[in-house]
Amino acid sequence: MFDLLGTTLPSRLLLGTAQYPSPAILADAVRASGTSVVTVSLRREMAGGRAGEKFWSLIRSLGVRILPNTAGCHSVKEAVTTAQMAREVFGTPWIKLEVIGNHDTLQPDVFGLLEAARILCEDGFAVFPYTTDDLVVAERLLAAGCKVLMPWCAPIGSALGPVNIMALRSMRGHFPDVPLIVDAGLGRPSHAATVMEFGFDAVLLNTAVAKAADPVGMACAFGKAVEAGREAFSSGMLEPRDVAVPSTPTFGRAVFS
Amino acid sequence: MKVLIKGAGVAGLTAAFELAARGATVTVAEIRHGLGGNASWFAGGMLAPWCERESAEQPVLDLGRDAADWWDAVLPGQVTRGGTLVVAPPRDAGELDRFASRTSGHRRVDEDEIALLEPDLAGRFRRGLLFPDEAHLDPRQAMAALHDKLAAMGVKFHFGTDARHVSGFDRQIDCPGMAAVDDRLRGVRGEMLILNTPDFSLSRPVRMLHPRFPLYAVPRTDHRFMIGATMIESQSARPVTARSMMELLGAAYALHPAFGEAEIVEAGVGVRPAFPDNLPRVEMSGDTVAINGLYRHGFLLASAMARLAGEIVFNHDKPVELAHETDGQRQSA
Repeated sequence: MFDLLGTTLPSRLLLGTAQYPSPAILADAVRASGTSVVTVSLRREMAGGRAGEKFWSLIRSLGVRILPNTAGCHSVKEAVTTAQMAREVFGTPWIKLEVIGNHDTLQPDVFGLLEAARILCEDGFAVFPYTTDDLVVAERLLAAGCKVLMPWCAPIGSALGPVNIMALRSMRGHFPDVPLIVDAGLGRPSHAATVMEFGFDAVLLNTAVAKAADPVGMACAFGKAVEAGREAFSSGMLEPRDVAVPSTPTFGRAVFS
Repeated sequence: MKVLIKGAGVAGLTAAFELAARGATVTVAEIRHGLGGNASWFAGGMLAPWCERESAEQPVLDLGRDAADWWDAVLPGQVTRGGTLVVAPPRDAGELDRFASRTSGHRRVDEDEIALLEPDLAGRFRRGLLFPDEAHLDPRQAMAALHDKLAAMGVKFHFGTDARHVSGFDRQIDCPGMAAVDDRLRGVRGEMLILNTPDFSLSRPVRMLHPRFPLYAVPRTDHRFMIGATMIESQSARPVTARSMMELLGAAYALHPAFGEAEIVEAGVGVRPAFPDNLPRVEMSGDTVAINGLYRHGFLLASAMARLAGEIVFNHDKPVELAHETDGQRQSA
């Protein structure tokens, strides 16, 4: 069980809903993963009124909690407007805030992100900011009213997995009590297990499942990996050593260290 | 047997042919005033079931395999059987491997063979995939030719009518696309461009892979190219957005810089009707057979759907269940 902003969630895996072969396969993947939160984008779909309503109602029918996002927004104004629309469409104050700074790398614009986060927190939103692993930015986001942080581990859709392990570990170390959700860049279940072993509270992924040959099978694999990583973290892992340690005592030998 | 077909998109026209060819007296009623304006009109016209299998489920390949033969037999001269060439820019080469691992019916081609297949792409891509058994047609020419052929076979057409007042038919086949009243259907918006450049030519559809902006360019006659297509979960048919056009043009320019000087002849929008599993349905209710949900596979799957509808009407076959296997469970859950 995972307490996220006062909501108890059975799973520490959050799943995006874009790029699946079909909504039916998406629904199967959501079930197979055991996820209890899905993200959904609105920016392009809401253009022309509520023209995306059919897809949104399919998402609602999944029976899991919805975290709308501002994917595809490149300015503060766009992101704020999209968040307001999302609150209306899905009836939730939760918003995953993305303000993209680079069209090619999809790196967050942390300056715009901070400004949008301040506006939305004041407006009563529960802001989940998609940010980098920069500690100072993280502090500012918390000061702006964010109660949770979503650092990337690699660029969106890159499937690279954690590229800067030191930064992720120090983020965990700096903010021991803030829910930290690794968002973006995970490619394999082992990546998800790795960041969960670091003590991150949850992971969010989309492409790695949606673009797998069998999204349903991959969703299941990620669900297990997230669970395994978390359980390993809670169970206290051995620290690595430079020499072998026999699991049974050896007698009659000198002690070397 | 007298059959009324409602809808003159690719589903309605192919159904009209199947029924008329089997001896029915067929009337087609279309609410629009001509053949244009529906999703079929803005289609790419790629008969590419092996490529589509990258994201589509197996029935799309099974049902679409014979599409090129069907169109070739019905409308000789309309189908070009040049295969499909799939390429990726060097930095997205991983996408090519992904595409290859998700599909069959292709072989690897190197830079030299790409230059032989498409001389204007020489030196631009180091690796590609050729799907030799695929084909393409021009949807607008094919629809017009099929209309003329049907008229010559004695099929009556009524444009600009919802056919509410007509009666005396033994069977009705509904092919209304997005106009259907069906809660299960949703629209998937597709934006496309038609570009004209004399500086560049292609012999076959080319798909350029990209994680975010995949593109296909389908050659038409007179130096024209159909460039497509976006996939947005929206049933808005409003004009092409600036962003979509920029993405399409950016990708086209990356395929070949000659597109930079091309004329934008048309920017179109079609809304594709789709069921939750993105697979089509032929369903029966009383004397009415309904064909819908062809999604982005209108020209690829319409003939197979029409044939199934013909079997239902003439041989009293039961509708074939094509649906994604857990779809029904989800509907009732």
